[in-house]
Amino acid sequence: MPQTPTVPAAKPPSSQPSANGRTPAGAADSPSSRLPNETLISWLRMMLLIREFEVRCAQAYQQAKIGGFCHLYIGQEACAVGTLAATVKDDPVITAYRDHGHALARGMSARACMAEMFGKITGCAKGKGGSMHMFDRPNQLYGGHGIVGAQTPLGAGLAFATKYKREVMKETDQKLICLCYLGDGALNQGALHEAMNLAGLYSLPVIYIVENNRYSMGTAIERGTTMAHNLLAKSAAYGIEGLKIDEDDGMNILRLYDLFKPFADHCRETQRPGFVDLHTYRYQGHSMSDPQKYRTKEEVDKVKEKDSIDLLAKHLMDGPDKGGRGALSEQQFIELQKSVKDEVRDAVQFAEESPAPDPETELYSDVYVNIQPNLSPIRDYVHGVKNPLL
Amino acid sequence: MATGTGKRLWVYHRRPGRNREVPGFPGLSARKRDDEHPMTTLAPDAHQIIPTDREITFREALREAMSEEMRRDIRIFLMGEEVAQYQGAYKVSQGMLDEFGPERVIDAPISENGFAGLAVGAAMNGLRPIIEFMSWSFSLVAADQILNNVPKMLYMSGGQWGCPVVFRGNNGAGGQLGSTHSWTVEALYSNVPGLKIAIPSNPYDAKGLLKTAIRDDDPVFFLESERMLSDKGPVPAEEYTIPFGQAALRAGDWSGERNSDCTLVSFGRPVNFCLEAAAELAKEDIRVDLLDMRTIRPLDIDSIVESLKRTGRIVVVDQSWPFASVASEVITQVCERAFDYLDHQPLRVNTDDVPTPYAKNLEAAYLPHKGKIIAAVKKTLNLL
Repeated sequence: MPQTPTVPAAKPPSSQPSANGRTPAGAADSPSSRLPNETLISWLRMMLLIREFEVRCAQAYQQAKIGGFCHLYIGQEACAVGTLAATVKDDPVITAYRDHGHALARGMSARACMAEMFGKITGCAKGKGGSMHMFDRPNQLYGGHGIVGAQTPLGAGLAFATKYKREVMKETDQKLICLCYLGDGALNQGALHEAMNLAGLYSLPVIYIVENNRYSMGTAIERGTTMAHNLLAKSAAYGIEGLKIDEDDGMNILRLYDLFKPFADHCRETQRPGFVDLHTYRYQGHSMSDPQKYRTKEEVDKVKEKDSIDLLAKHLMDGPDKGGRGALSEQQFIELQKSVKDEVRDAVQFAEESPAPDPETELYSDVYVNIQPNLSPIRDYVHGVKNPLL
Repeated sequence: MATGTGKRLWVYHRRPGRNREVPGFPGLSARKRDDEHPMTTLAPDAHQIIPTDREITFREALREAMSEEMRRDIRIFLMGEEVAQYQGAYKVSQGMLDEFGPERVIDAPISENGFAGLAVGAAMNGLRPIIEFMSWSFSLVAADQILNNVPKMLYMSGGQWGCPVVFRGNNGAGGQLGSTHSWTVEALYSNVPGLKIAIPSNPYDAKGLLKTAIRDDDPVFFLESERMLSDKGPVPAEEYTIPFGQAALRAGDWSGERNSDCTLVSFGRPVNFCLEAAAELAKEDIRVDLLDMRTIRPLDIDSIVESLKRTGRIVVVDQSWPFASVASEVITQVCERAFDYLDHQPLRVNTDDVPTPYAKNLEAAYLPHKGKIIAAVKKTLNLL
């Protein structure tokens, strides 16, 4: 890491299309157009899976099978799927509490994710984390973090470590980037601004992706954030290159990918931080207990007209004459939906049938790695069962 | 060291003021017999200190520990305010930038929440950060990172990721720094499970404990004192570490004919106040066992109980405020584990229960100084 920071130009990389000069989805020369049909179908399946998963989570929550807080990702599926498509397996990923979508898109099984929601020992965190704390070490997902903005310095640290391993330890030549997701509510947290300053200062390869769904809980972004119309001014202040993806592009996974992939590649190559103002929309409330008095039904319905799943399905099913790929028949799409429903139904059944963590072995385990006597006046800590993901 | 024999039953009968009979139960002792609780453990290891003529300061001991470990393990880096070019706000890291370069000795801006969180991410991703807080007082602005993320990561990830970071820096009042810069954080932070807390009182322990902290796979809060950084003491050149959870007996003798009159328990800088008090008390033929805990989590309660069995009296000296302090915790554990051995109610000596004052005389009065300790010991002996 250089001790004296370089001063980067806060301008978009040359390969990036300007936000205004929008190219049509899947245009001939765009990054997404070069992807095979199978990849796009896998994106569609993943977005369907996330939505079905969240719908079943809501049901289970209403049946009191899931406790605590539960923040659903419905509407925002394209964000996680489209941006994670630009990563490699070893790239560290970290996100906030609306994290089920990222966990699934990063490769966590629906079973492990649902079992965690149900508080079962087969969950990704053995039932100790819950909805907001999806961790997946094999897939380099460093959580699910509950305190707004608290994950952003961690994102800088994850990026710091990738760079340190490459430049100081010389463990690898691979240039990695860390994707650190946050909501627009985190824009006003000090942690983010300290993290961005450090990322700019130390030149850390971390991309802060603001999933800007317009509301931090019930507060519209304009009511809580200055410069809401131009968030890139904030990142520019830290010498961080920015990318704005507006709602039409953010709800369209192909255009989202076309914009994000070159930006991510640029950050990877230069090993510099990035900042993405990614506009999206959540169809549900902030959490399960949100009466949504702060917005109209019309507003929600308007966004639903450009639903990301519908758009990609249409692109795959339309023939070339309509600008689509003609890669998916209606029958195949129905089968895709069915397989997703089956997978989530299986996950729910798995979660329901899995045992709860045993207090004897689990309550006092995973508190310390290196257990010693007298760490607690109540009882000794222990090593619990192995995490099912490891 | 020889183990205790249990022959000290009722040694203090000669002392006035306490009826040993349980009221209403003639003949029944208020204290359990020693053979039901034999003296077995002897953790205090003051005598295991490697003898040496080599004397260095507390800050040099810290620097040696970090440098030796950084030579051993390339995953370790040091980050903090002024640690590199400035050579350390208190010169602890002097010369380390030259040896390890700017990639491993890294100046951080005044941004504690940011770089504490950066350390968490770096540790999860395989590194072993040492984070220097210029003062633990400033750690309060990093509270979310060090209290939410650091100690809970292993648990909330179901054992997938720990957080092996050492946070170290100056802790405690004594330099007329005023209220906001004089924090002693041990009471606040020892409340949180998932952390280990080390608090050395001398250069020898500082080096040995810091090396253990750096090697530990769990997060360690390492509490130093700006007032002790120039203290000199014997530190051998050869490699050594000090295990966590093992107190040292700084005064008192467990092998001799006579047991001490009172157990003094302390940690960090106040151990030195206790040593002064012990010397004064010795002039009046009052002997104390002085246990230097060295770590708060884990807490060597076994050694405390062991000493208490010999003395029947205990005073805990703690530089944090009295309410819900480490002293409160020690006394609670003593009552839970060795109530029957108490010949006098346990007492605590803390700083006074006010914000830290600036004026020199007020600050001196506020600290858990020699005079307060002597008075407390005498009170347990019914001499005051």
